[in-house]
Amino acid sequence: MTTTIVRRTLDQVAVGDPLPELRYDVSATTVVVGALATRDWRPQHHDYAFATQRNGVRDIFLNAPNQAAWFERYLTDWSGPTGRLARMSFRMHDSIFPGDTMVFTASVTSVDVDETGCGWVGLDVLVAVEDRTCTTCAARIALPVTADDNPWARHGERWVP
Amino acid sequence: MSDDDLPASITALIDVPRYDETSDFPVERGYIWTSCASTENANPLYWDDDVAAELTGGPIAAPSMLSTWFRPHHWAPGLDVQRLPLQVHFDLKDQLGLPEAVMSDNTTIFYEPVRPGDVISTCQRLRSVSAEKQTKLGIGRFWVIDVEYRNDRGELVGIESWTGFGYRRDAA
Repeated sequence: MTTTIVRRTLDQVAVGDPLPELRYDVSATTVVVGALATRDWRPQHHDYAFATQRNGVRDIFLNAPNQAAWFERYLTDWSGPTGRLARMSFRMHDSIFPGDTMVFTASVTSVDVDETGCGWVGLDVLVAVEDRTCTTCAARIALPVTADDNPWARHGERWVP
Repeated sequence: MSDDDLPASITALIDVPRYDETSDFPVERGYIWTSCASTENANPLYWDDDVAAELTGGPIAAPSMLSTWFRPHHWAPGLDVQRLPLQVHFDLKDQLGLPEAVMSDNTTIFYEPVRPGDVISTCQRLRSVSAEKQTKLGIGRFWVIDVEYRNDRGELVGIESWTGFGYRRDAA
C-alpha cells in the first residue's frame, strides 16, 4: 500500500477552514494501550472496579496524555510531517469510555507569519461522543510558508511557540 | 472554607521549584512507536528514517509524548513505595485531605525536539490553589502545576501546565 504524504503550506490555509472529521471506535484496548504508551499506571485507566467504585464513573476512561497524542495525530494527519506542533491547550469536560465513538472536528482560527518569518496556524479542535462534548483543544502549529521551508529547522530565537 | 482557609504550608509552596528529577531511562524509540500505534498515527516522521533525516536531522519523539519521559517505573528493585508522577499533585491531595482527584486542563508548549537517547530532567512548580468549589464530582479545590522539561544538554524542550481538581465524593 502506498500513502500520499501531505505537506501542507501556509498559503493553502485560510481562517474558517474545517479539518476532515476523524471518527474512532474506542475499546478497552484503546484505553489500556494509550495508558501504557504514556507510562500512566493509574488504575482508573485499566481497572474497571477502581474506575467505577472509586472514581464514580461508568468505566475506565482515556487518559489525558493519550488524548494529547490523539490531538497530535489528528493535527498532523492534516498538516503532514512538516507541520510542527508548538502549543496545545485542552480541557476535558467529560470522559471517553470503551464503547464510545469519538469524533474529532476542527477549524482554523488564525493564520499569520511572525517577525522571524515562521508561519503559524491556530485551530480549535473538538472531541465529541454523540452529543457530549468531551474535550476541547486550542492548538498552534507551524507550517512551511513555502514548499522549501521547514519549521523543524528553527531553533532558539527563531522558534517562538 | 474560603481562600483564607488555605493552609500557610500550601501557600508557601506556590512558585517554588520542587522535585528536580531525572528520567529513569533515556528516550527510546520503542515508546515512540507504541505511542504512535496507540493512536494509529502514521506520520512518516516517526516511521521513516529518511523523512526524519530530511526534516529533523534524525529521529525525534512525538512532541505530545513529553510527559511520558518523566513518569517513573511502576516498580523497581529496592523501592518500598511506588513513586508517582506529578508528586506535587499527590502532595496537595494528602495535605488538603482530598482523597480523589482528576485532571481537567493541560497546556503544553513545545521547544527543542526530544530525541532518542536524550535524558530528560524535570522540575515542578505549584502555581495556584483555588478556594473550595462545588462541582458534580464533589467539593474540592482546583490547582495549577507547571512542569518544566530539559534535555541533558540543558535545552528547554517543553513546559507543561496541569489543572487538577482534588475533591471529596461524600461531600457531593
